[in-house]
Amino acid sequence: MAMSAQKSEMSRRRYLFRKATERLQWVGMLLCTSVTVFFLLTILGYVIYHGADSIDWEFLTALPLPPGETGGGIANALVGSVMVVAAATLMAVPIGMGAAIFVNEFPSARLGRTVRFMAEVLTGVPSIVVGLFAYSMVVSPMGSFSGFSGAVAYAFIMVPIILITSHEAFRLVPPSLREASLALGVPKWRTIMRVVLPVSSSALLTGVVLAFSRALGEAAPMLFTAFGNPFWNLNLGKPVATVPLLIYTYATGPYDDWHRKAWGASLVLLVVVLVTSVLTRAFLRGKSHE
Amino acid sequence: MSDESYTSKPAKNEESFHRLEEQTQIVPEEIRLQTENLNTYYGDFLAVKNVSMSIKNNKVTAIIGPSGCGKSTFIRCLNRMHEVTPGGRVEGKVLLDGQDLYGPGVDPVDVRRRVGMVFQKPNVFPTMSIYDNVIAGYRLNGVRDRKLLGEKVETSLRRAALWDEVKDNLQKPATSLSGGQQQRLCIARALAVAPEVLLMDEPCSALDPIATTKIEELIYELKDHVTIVIVTHNMQQAARASDYTAFFYVGELIEFGETGTLFTTPRVRQTEDYITGRFG
Repeated sequence: MAMSAQKSEMSRRRYLFRKATERLQWVGMLLCTSVTVFFLLTILGYVIYHGADSIDWEFLTALPLPPGETGGGIANALVGSVMVVAAATLMAVPIGMGAAIFVNEFPSARLGRTVRFMAEVLTGVPSIVVGLFAYSMVVSPMGSFSGFSGAVAYAFIMVPIILITSHEAFRLVPPSLREASLALGVPKWRTIMRVVLPVSSSALLTGVVLAFSRALGEAAPMLFTAFGNPFWNLNLGKPVATVPLLIYTYATGPYDDWHRKAWGASLVLLVVVLVTSVLTRAFLRGKSHE
Repeated sequence: MSDESYTSKPAKNEESFHRLEEQTQIVPEEIRLQTENLNTYYGDFLAVKNVSMSIKNNKVTAIIGPSGCGKSTFIRCLNRMHEVTPGGRVEGKVLLDGQDLYGPGVDPVDVRRRVGMVFQKPNVFPTMSIYDNVIAGYRLNGVRDRKLLGEKVETSLRRAALWDEVKDNLQKPATSLSGGQQQRLCIARALAVAPEVLLMDEPCSALDPIATTKIEELIYELKDHVTIVIVTHNMQQAARASDYTAFFYVGELIEFGETGTLFTTPRVRQTEDYITGRFG
């Protein structure tokens, strides 16, 4: 009798101990999650708090005024950023996806694995280094700063991201679908273009949007490439203003109005990135419900 | 583009076609497909050992044997799908109407148009409608002739005994169909490109008994149009649906003969043990 009472007492204790450990773990994880969400919301709130005031119609549509004067806007930088990132996307998507197809569809080559590894390393290259590289590769030979050189720098940042996300997307395509296509007498390249790509299109798009958002916010690569420009310029052969670089310039400048504009531009950038990813998600959700 | 122009090849391939004809051997008319000393490897592993067998025209030939005996690997050699697997390698000959499918200058893509395949699990294209799935063999190869394709859809679906069930929903996604319907859609898709031989790799293993019965009935009707080679785990299925049966064991062809004979009076002890359920 005493034995079994002792036993049940022990198992009760063990149960309580397990229960306490579980509680503790739960609280720990909740804490980690809260910290993450807290920072995200704080950044968002802080940017809105400081930036919301400076955003009005003029801010979005006017050109910057000469230093020291109050007023004016960031329209040229907004258009410039979109232009440079769009050009970078045009360069990076075919290269990144082409390389991903190579890595995935021809895995017998050791080269494929090496390329994938190099892409992973490339995502870790500091963006300022990418800027310097683009400077020596494009700006120096061409003899001037230009939007094009900025696009090349952004493309360098985007290619490895697109390569890795596309590779993961292709890996998720069931091999049975490839076999189905090959067994119908469809050549390999047509199978890739018309079966593998459509099946993975959602994941591919997500990857491109990710790379797009990442590039949109980078200032450092623009320092020695797109350079910035206080005027309207739709010519990628000339220096172009971009939003992140404008934020950098204004935030480090001496005028209060510039500081306010830097906050405003940060908010605009944040909103553009958020809206892009929300729209992409909505589009993909709509597609999967078809 | 007409049906003929889809199968006839431009000048470059015509040359290889003539070369093929020179290699052509004279074979009895009733034999469609023949393997000669076929050895199949995964890297260094010999999966199918020295198999020579003849498959008769417009008959159903079943391949039975325990798991891992090389049945699937064997039929994947008959349409050159084995070489798609990394490390997959084939030695020996596979003759289709006397032409060696592994001869020099033979394009595996052409082989696969003549020897179709249905897989273990239904693998419809999820991004396509039922309609587009049936004619995927044409669409994916860039054929756009609407009238031809429309006819192909109906005749292929009718042959696969699926037409009545889907005729009102042809534009629905293929994934909306049940498993058994999807497998018949895969059969329709394979039939649409008018292959001479249809390979079926355990086509019923993922299906319920009712869907299985439907596919078996279908196989019986299809053999008027096409020569069928079917791999199956299910011995009753082999006995019911096939004219000839081959028993494979550890990569070797142990016994091959008329289904009735093989199941009632097997010549080899191993075959008898397997079909009576003593191992496998």
